[in-house]
Amino acid sequence: MTAIEYTKVSQGTVYDPANGVDGQVRDLWIAGGRIVAAPTDPEARPARIIDASGLVVMPGGIDMHCHIAGPKVNVARKMRPEEKRKGEQISGTSNTHSGTMGSVPSTFATGYKYAALGYTTAFDAAVPPLGARHAHEEFDDTPCLDKGFYVLMGNNHYVMQSLQRNEPQKLKAFIGWLLAATKGFAPKLVNPGGVEVWKSHQAGNVSGLDQAVDHFNVTPRKIIRGVAQAANELGLPHPVHIHCNNLGMPGNWETTLETMKALEGFGGHITHAQFHSYGGGDGDENTFNSKVIQLADYVNTHPNMTVDVGQVLFGETTSMTGDGPLGYFLSKVYGGKWFSSDTEMESGCGITPIKYKNKSLVHALQWAIGLEWYLLVEDPWRVVMSTDHPNGGSFLAYPQIIRLLMDRTYRRDILQTCHPLVRERSTLWDLDREYTLNEIAIITRAGPARILGLKDKGHLGAGADADITIYTPHENKEIMFEMPRVVIKSGQVIVEQGEIRHTPIGKTLHVDPVYDHEVEPDIQQWFEKYYSIRWRNYPVDISYLHESAVVPPRA
Amino acid sequence: MTSSSIDAYAATASIPGELKVIQDATCTFCGCVCDDIDLTVKDDHIIEAKRACVLGKAWFLNHHNDGRASCHIDGKPATLEEGYDRAAKILTSGRYPIVYGLSDSPCEAQRVAVSIADWIKGTIDTTTSVCHGPSGMAFQGVGEVTCSLGEVANRGDMIIFWGANPAESHPRHFTRYSLMPKGMFLPNGRKDRTCVFVDVRKTKSAKAADIFLQIKPRKDFEALWSLRALAKGIELDPELVLRETGVELSAWKDLMDRMKAAKFGVIFFGMGLTMTRGKHANTEALLALTRDMNAYTRFAAKPNRGHGNVSGADNVVSWRTGYPFGVNHSRGYPRFNPGEYTTSDTLANGEADAAMTIACDPMANFSQPAREHLASIPLISLDTKETPTTRAATVAFTVATYGINTGGTVYRMDDVPIPLRPAFQSPHPSDFEVLTAIEDRVKKIMGITE
Repeated sequence: MTAIEYTKVSQGTVYDPANGVDGQVRDLWIAGGRIVAAPTDPEARPARIIDASGLVVMPGGIDMHCHIAGPKVNVARKMRPEEKRKGEQISGTSNTHSGTMGSVPSTFATGYKYAALGYTTAFDAAVPPLGARHAHEEFDDTPCLDKGFYVLMGNNHYVMQSLQRNEPQKLKAFIGWLLAATKGFAPKLVNPGGVEVWKSHQAGNVSGLDQAVDHFNVTPRKIIRGVAQAANELGLPHPVHIHCNNLGMPGNWETTLETMKALEGFGGHITHAQFHSYGGGDGDENTFNSKVIQLADYVNTHPNMTVDVGQVLFGETTSMTGDGPLGYFLSKVYGGKWFSSDTEMESGCGITPIKYKNKSLVHALQWAIGLEWYLLVEDPWRVVMSTDHPNGGSFLAYPQIIRLLMDRTYRRDILQTCHPLVRERSTLWDLDREYTLNEIAIITRAGPARILGLKDKGHLGAGADADITIYTPHENKEIMFEMPRVVIKSGQVIVEQGEIRHTPIGKTLHVDPVYDHEVEPDIQQWFEKYYSIRWRNYPVDISYLHESAVVPPRA
Repeated sequence: MTSSSIDAYAATASIPGELKVIQDATCTFCGCVCDDIDLTVKDDHIIEAKRACVLGKAWFLNHHNDGRASCHIDGKPATLEEGYDRAAKILTSGRYPIVYGLSDSPCEAQRVAVSIADWIKGTIDTTTSVCHGPSGMAFQGVGEVTCSLGEVANRGDMIIFWGANPAESHPRHFTRYSLMPKGMFLPNGRKDRTCVFVDVRKTKSAKAADIFLQIKPRKDFEALWSLRALAKGIELDPELVLRETGVELSAWKDLMDRMKAAKFGVIFFGMGLTMTRGKHANTEALLALTRDMNAYTRFAAKPNRGHGNVSGADNVVSWRTGYPFGVNHSRGYPRFNPGEYTTSDTLANGEADAAMTIACDPMANFSQPAREHLASIPLISLDTKETPTTRAATVAFTVATYGINTGGTVYRMDDVPIPLRPAFQSPHPSDFEVLTAIEDRVKKIMGITE
């Protein structure tokens, strides 16, 4: 028997909240790409020791909501040459490809930048099923990360038809089939029902949860409730990821509250909650204000709810969304170039350049509202760090957000540079809470792993994937988090102090739900009537996934 | 890089004398990428291509192995190994190497080609730069409102073709996507649609039109801006409009009324728009008109892309470099500059000193100065057959044909990725295999450990 080859991360100050380790000095043993128990054999010697004494050790970061691959992301790359020449240039080296940055980095650059930030897992939040193959192809060119994506289904015709005909069994089977066919990870609802209305009416959209969708006579409420129930019954690791109706509109907080209620106790995740927490009305900027207190209160008292924030940072970026009518709205607000694409039977898409300014009341409020979400949700396990990259800003802003959460003086300093009315229209100035390192470890890794049902990630107990980030402590938390000392992916050192050492391609994480296959002929009949590609050519073959892992259902 | 998706649906060996049927095979002849073809194969010949159009039938049925060697060096047959070594040497010796073509290769091969260009700090460019390159530039200026082709079939009640001749270039366009289908919201198919052709000549396609508007040559820009003005209700001088566009103002007004009355309009445009006077300004005008129309109803635009996987090439080059075509790596990172890094221009300027062409024939269709320069530098070519370019090549690889012999992924003109189901094996390697072997050698020479 050959001896097991161990790596030891020695004497680091470990933050592993899932295992109740809060800043204790520990050794971590790694073998076969996973964390293992310390060997009982006193003769066992690690082949490599990584000295982490005086350093902070956490599980690898997990971005549970970003836009990094697939049709819409790539369109945004194509559409924005102007921001690349003035952005950072990513030169190729003897072990890395070259690339471009701007708000939407090229695939290799995306992988390298996430890794260099200490992130080892990321989920693209919105892939149209018809573009699933494309997303997988990009994943194969996005190294250093384990990856998965959420599948757009909130405006899918079969979903709406099943609900209209009151056929929950068919809906459940369809969701299982669609996730298996796309090799996706979770159901995603984007402006449920609203995108379908956009496809058939000038500036079409739904205004609230109880407006009927043309042709299908279903409401957003029914779609949310129906998909949540079906997905929970399927035991999906992350049942439903919801981009609510009315994103960005003053007064939309009521829609968001209604959406949470529409789940009727089923587990559900509200994404980029920041964009859905606005008071005010009729598009009048003067009435715009924060309603995070009301919404966070609901989350605090309803354990079925989780959120990620979608923090806005000041500066220029690209808005990209499966919410077609939102794209149209934003293109009119900003007046820049606009991309929109409707995908048959499934979804929509909108892309436009945007800029958040600290002197703009609306933008500064958006910034403050995002921070309020982190600070007002009491249980850090149920609020996750995100910028909805690149919508609120780049994932590269995470260290800055960490500083804003851990340092209230800094937070207030920035707030003072913003539009003065922000202090009246939000509670941010009065919030004293400061995050601890342990809480940061929760909202950036342990929490998202739990919310996504990833048992092997987000912690450092035996059996976990050996995805580990080691930071050099610093008083300024932005400095501490922006350049980890060492990043380990599946047991291999991939980054040291910003230098890329290895570029494993990473696994594609997907689900393989058990569903009623007898419904397939019905799906096929529907499919063949209206799709422009053949039934047999629609499912993504496993060979597109290269390295992959099926994430099992929740027990 | 692992790329087993190239073999998702690999060709199986034929058993002599036996018939083999490949269902739902994909035709890569044009941008329609029809994936409903049933191929009957006997003794490494396709004897039937059910549902294929005249171009598709020619593509499938005329495919034969001409017994050519898989590799020629300086015109003489050579082993593949010798070819790979020589190719890698040429590419790594150049100070300004260029890689060009790609629109008739699967994405898996395109990805390797981009890697090679990256490692050698060369230029990567695709045939987009000589067809819809101006559309790509217009896209960067104004964006695009578009949709998938099934959406056209299900909703498009007003179909406009501008500078396009699908009857001859995309023969199944009408029946599969744009005019004939009985869609979800158009139960009577063709009867529920209005079809308009705008062109400088009455092509074969114009027969399909309910309305044909023959504009003056080189006046697409003026015609499109007249429509933009009419959309906004701006009064125009009838004489000026007639003089500039060759069409009566009343006809344009009638068209605009119909466009506004449509529920879901779609404008397909071809190289009659993108490669005539005005080029990207024409496409910008068309994309801007489409955008304008969304203030009144729903409207979408879509370029009729030519080659089977030219859309894939745009996508692959974009996701890897951030730019769609004409990308130079000489400074170590990607830079985009159409007119400089687009191959026809690079060559015409006498700038490249080594070249690799993949699935394209610049020696047949580039300008005289570009051809002369290409003939004067070391050239590697990959093609399925002998062409003027392969004849000029220092190293010429004969490769298997994608979609017939090899698998992989292609992107339809609406960016929908579709897998290939090849019919039978080829004696030649695929372009993916050749490029991978060259890349391996390039990496060794350059000391790349990725």
